[in-house]
Amino acid sequence: MKRTVIASLAGAAISLAIWLAPEGRSSIHARPSQALMAPVVEEQADTAAQPALAGLVSRGAYLARAGNCMGCHTARAGDGAAGRPYAGGHILATSIGTFVTPNITPDTETGIGGWSEEDFWQALNAGKSRNGAPLYPAFPYTDYTKVTREDANAIFAYLQSLPPVVQHNAPNRIDFPFNFRPLLYIWRALYFTQGVYRPASGESDEWNRGAYLVQGLGHCNACHTTRNPLGASQGNVLGGGQIMGSNWYAPSLTSFQEVSTADWTIPEIMRLLKTGLSSRAVTTGPMASVISDSLQHLTDADARAMAVYLKSLPPGAPYSRGAAPALTEEVDKQLRRGGEIYETHCLDCHGNFGQGQPGVYPALAGNRGITLASPINAIRSILNGGYAPVTASNPRPYGMPPFAQILPDEEIALVLSYIRNAWGNRGSMVTAVQVDRSRKGAQ
Amino acid sequence: MVKKSVLFFFVVLAAVPGLALARSDLPDIPSAIIPVNAPDTMAERVKACTVCHGPEDKEGRDAYYPRIAGKPEGYLFNQLRNFRDGKRHYRPMALLLEDLPDRYLREMAAYFSSLRQAFPPPEPMNLSSSEIRLARRLITQGDPARKIPGCVECHGKDLMGTAPYIPGLLGLPRVYIIAQFGNWQNGGLMRGQTPDCMSEIAKQLSTDEAGMIAAWLAAQPVPEALMKRPDTVATLPEKLSRRCSSILLPSGTLPPGTIQ
Repeated sequence: MKRTVIASLAGAAISLAIWLAPEGRSSIHARPSQALMAPVVEEQADTAAQPALAGLVSRGAYLARAGNCMGCHTARAGDGAAGRPYAGGHILATSIGTFVTPNITPDTETGIGGWSEEDFWQALNAGKSRNGAPLYPAFPYTDYTKVTREDANAIFAYLQSLPPVVQHNAPNRIDFPFNFRPLLYIWRALYFTQGVYRPASGESDEWNRGAYLVQGLGHCNACHTTRNPLGASQGNVLGGGQIMGSNWYAPSLTSFQEVSTADWTIPEIMRLLKTGLSSRAVTTGPMASVISDSLQHLTDADARAMAVYLKSLPPGAPYSRGAAPALTEEVDKQLRRGGEIYETHCLDCHGNFGQGQPGVYPALAGNRGITLASPINAIRSILNGGYAPVTASNPRPYGMPPFAQILPDEEIALVLSYIRNAWGNRGSMVTAVQVDRSRKGAQ
Repeated sequence: MVKKSVLFFFVVLAAVPGLALARSDLPDIPSAIIPVNAPDTMAERVKACTVCHGPEDKEGRDAYYPRIAGKPEGYLFNQLRNFRDGKRHYRPMALLLEDLPDRYLREMAAYFSSLRQAFPPPEPMNLSSSEIRLARRLITQGDPARKIPGCVECHGKDLMGTAPYIPGLLGLPRVYIIAQFGNWQNGGLMRGQTPDCMSEIAKQLSTDEAGMIAAWLAAQPVPEALMKRPDTVATLPEKLSRRCSSILLPSGTLPPGTIQ
């Protein structure tokens, strides 16, 4: 009890500090908090006379960004067509069925216009819907339970300030037997620990703030962990995992072989969080969306806190580097063939030593994203191409062409096998079957 | 088992001196790092596009890639947004453009629009004289009884498009035009767009009529003057613009004519 109070107070104090001193925390962007606030205040002309509410709403806007609520609660092209922000309709394919995210704009009938602050708190903290029924953990309340009441209230105030959107979304299609909701009580008993984040006593305020954001609102663990078939991440905190319903792998944030940042400098980690680019890595896929929609808007103080926490994560498996294939005559032939494909299609941008061009085209030499044990991310990048995240500091990113329509599966496998084993890289050979699986896989 | 393969590996290594270096002996790998040349230009930024959308229309492994150079800026901008948002359905485009904001798409549209269009030579026209008459009539006058306007009404008297939203119809391959008609007829090109003028019109046309129009259009040479100055397109009359789905942009975007 006492601890919870302390946590709440700490959270409130931190939040208050951010609220009171937005300008001292911005060296990358000019006054990011102000920029964030501006549109919210405009929408809320009638609340201008109520500074307390306006303040709460702007803080909620910031926190909703940090939690990337919009990322799931907005339909995308892959869901049929892009939708209005926060009006839901995004499809989440999971091992137990298909979830369609709800409308969280304040429309009374189709959104959460009829909700109270307490209802919202129950959802976030206890994982319970308005009628008291347990929620499916597709809504990551195992993470959100760590969010403080003050922060939850601010987010609620912000959501209630949005223009209401009338949008009925398709119902969830949950498979038998998981559609029997009482089973969730068993799931919760096994995997859900309710409770606001408790600061670790031996750690700095900054570290605790980072842990609070990463473990709570940021819900990094929702992707960066292996989930069992029941959708629970059994203690494998930030250890990497395949993202449900997609052929993306969210790499381990603790393994040196994957994307641990333990040996990075704090400014380097911050730069990756806020721009999606660093001298060592470029984010792609779902993480690129998280950067452009959410993390780029963090204050420098919060980005730094997250960096401090991420850097401190204890090392996790896999500890060793990937294994190179035994250099048989056949492998050698395949690598040579892959090298030729590389020269034709990749060398112009990624360089003759896989060195890339910093800030423009990622280096492939020493790129851990390329040599992950599972090659699915690299296969996807080659098949579908894509742009680095658009952020305030990188508004016109360079892009990678899609090669799905240019190279057959076999050639993609060959060139990727080559890249995984050139310039000191080490990784297993990629097969045409793996490429084919990615082509046919879910989005 | 594991031990055996490890042992085998070392035996192979020991037996062939220098094998460990074999990977750096790959063909044509130079010994010096040549810096990547990535100029700070739009041309460099749209390499992801030009890998398919080259100077000429192209038949790809999975689809047909039209030229986009020189097409009206507003038209290209609309197509980019529609692909990104899943309104015009082609998954690879949706994946490529995911999360790119309107302002960047507009910049890409402006870039491609500014490029000189390279028109292919006219295709031979295999139509009977009565088919040619019908095609000409539909193109110039339409068919008021079926509420089909003539192509010229929106796409310009010279059929070279109207700034900034409506594309030209000359210099396009017959198969491309036929494919577009087919997509409009079965609703696959644009989804959830109202009004969807081209879909309404295409559904009024028979397959034969659409084929004749496509053949006639593809057989027309692009006027020399327009080839040199592709930016001299007409502007759509106000009353027609109300029916045109190409112009209808959701709120928050620029109204017709304001794109720079």
